[in-house]
Amino acid sequence: MDTTANTAGLGWLHTSVGRKVVMAVTGIFLMSFLVVHLAGNLLLLRGDGGAAFNAYADFMSTNPLIRVLEVLLFVGFVVHIYQGLYFISKERRFRPKGYTLHRPQDNTTIFSRTMRISAIVILVFLLVHLRHFFVEHRILGASLTMYESCKLAFENPFYSAFYVLSMILLAFHLAHGFHSSFQTLGLIVNRRIDRVVRWAGTAFAFLVPLGFAVIPLYFLFQTLY
Amino acid sequence: MHFTLRIWRQKNAQDQGHFETYEVHDISPDASFLEMLDVLNERLLKEGKDPVAFDHDCREGICGSCGIFINGRAHGPLRNITTCRLYMRHFQDGETITIEPFRAKPFPVIKDLVVDRSALDRIIQRGGYISVNAGSAPDANAIPIPKPAADRAFDYATCIGCGACVAACKNASAMLFTAAKVSHLALLPQGQPERRERVKQMVMQMDMEGFGHCSNTGACAVECPAKIPLTAIAQLQRDYIWANLTPDPYTR
Repeated sequence: MDTTANTAGLGWLHTSVGRKVVMAVTGIFLMSFLVVHLAGNLLLLRGDGGAAFNAYADFMSTNPLIRVLEVLLFVGFVVHIYQGLYFISKERRFRPKGYTLHRPQDNTTIFSRTMRISAIVILVFLLVHLRHFFVEHRILGASLTMYESCKLAFENPFYSAFYVLSMILLAFHLAHGFHSSFQTLGLIVNRRIDRVVRWAGTAFAFLVPLGFAVIPLYFLFQTLY
Repeated sequence: MHFTLRIWRQKNAQDQGHFETYEVHDISPDASFLEMLDVLNERLLKEGKDPVAFDHDCREGICGSCGIFINGRAHGPLRNITTCRLYMRHFQDGETITIEPFRAKPFPVIKDLVVDRSALDRIIQRGGYISVNAGSAPDANAIPIPKPAADRAFDYATCIGCGACVAACKNASAMLFTAAKVSHLALLPQGQPERRERVKQMVMQMDMEGFGHCSNTGACAVECPAKIPLTAIAQLQRDYIWANLTPDPYTR
């Protein structure tokens, strides 16, 4: 065999398979972030006037290790989004003349077919979310505490509706992405592992966005009663 | 049975191509899809018209020639079968059937429903083989292979190269095809000496031919007549990551 495919260093990350690996690694990293983020957010439900949540928010914005991870997280998001946009930009090239009648609904899940839509909604959500909490507090230095900021946002039915809708789309994204990332890393070795990972992925995609969505609904319903 | 056929007609690779509608009558429910097309073609010949060109050979589901996109699915509405094993009883009487060629950048249309799938052959030529010195036949069982390994390797070796995976994939990816060969040889001792190089070479060729990336939607495995499982793709991914992340033990 000739050895022209021996790309030096990290060149292999630019092949179709390498790019998938980048997508999967950043995807798993972002999923681990979701778990940590959710664990912190659930402190909002303690009913202690936000004492625990504010202490947590304070820790997250001052601890040096967290600051480093924050940069890493930012890079993770940017790379994941860039890679996704790259794939979208190339898609038409692989099948320039499309099918007149194509029924992907017969052989794929709705979650895998809606990855682009869910990705765009999550991206918009992320930007609004960052503007509302990160920029407001960390850059503009808002006078409200983090708890008050959340309460104010979630008591707005439009914001809460947008939040819940985004979480539903996040669930869709995870329902395909969780299993897909493990498959891309080559970890789905046999049918048994496949079943376990699919089951875990379904549970993850259901529970994590549900956990996030409960919080705005909690504040919203408090304003009603 | 009676059907209305919307068939893609294209004179050659340069032609724009268009759909033409044909009516076929008195088709037996036990006729295969290809036999139904034969009936149409015989009539077209009698009328002095150009018959519809379509690929076919064994007509028993093992050669992989009969790649046709039928009613929005590779090889028609059933899972894991070839077009020649699709029977007209699987359709409604009077149904309109849309018949197109497999569409992908690396599969140029030659005529009507016939596409050039030699891009798949070039992927195999890149690394889907083992290098052995030709000579007298080796003794049987000279290389012991555990039964489960032989069975699993055979599961991957059953790929018939029909291209349904490419046709069904939203990105026209040839991953299932390439992964079947990579996995087949990765599980056998004979495949080991070239294992690292093989996966790199075949992935490179796959990209060069213009096939897309894999999105793990699994559409390929649903349409694959050889039932190649998605674990083949996981095996390719594993080997590719390993071959690129670990230092090559064969370099001095």
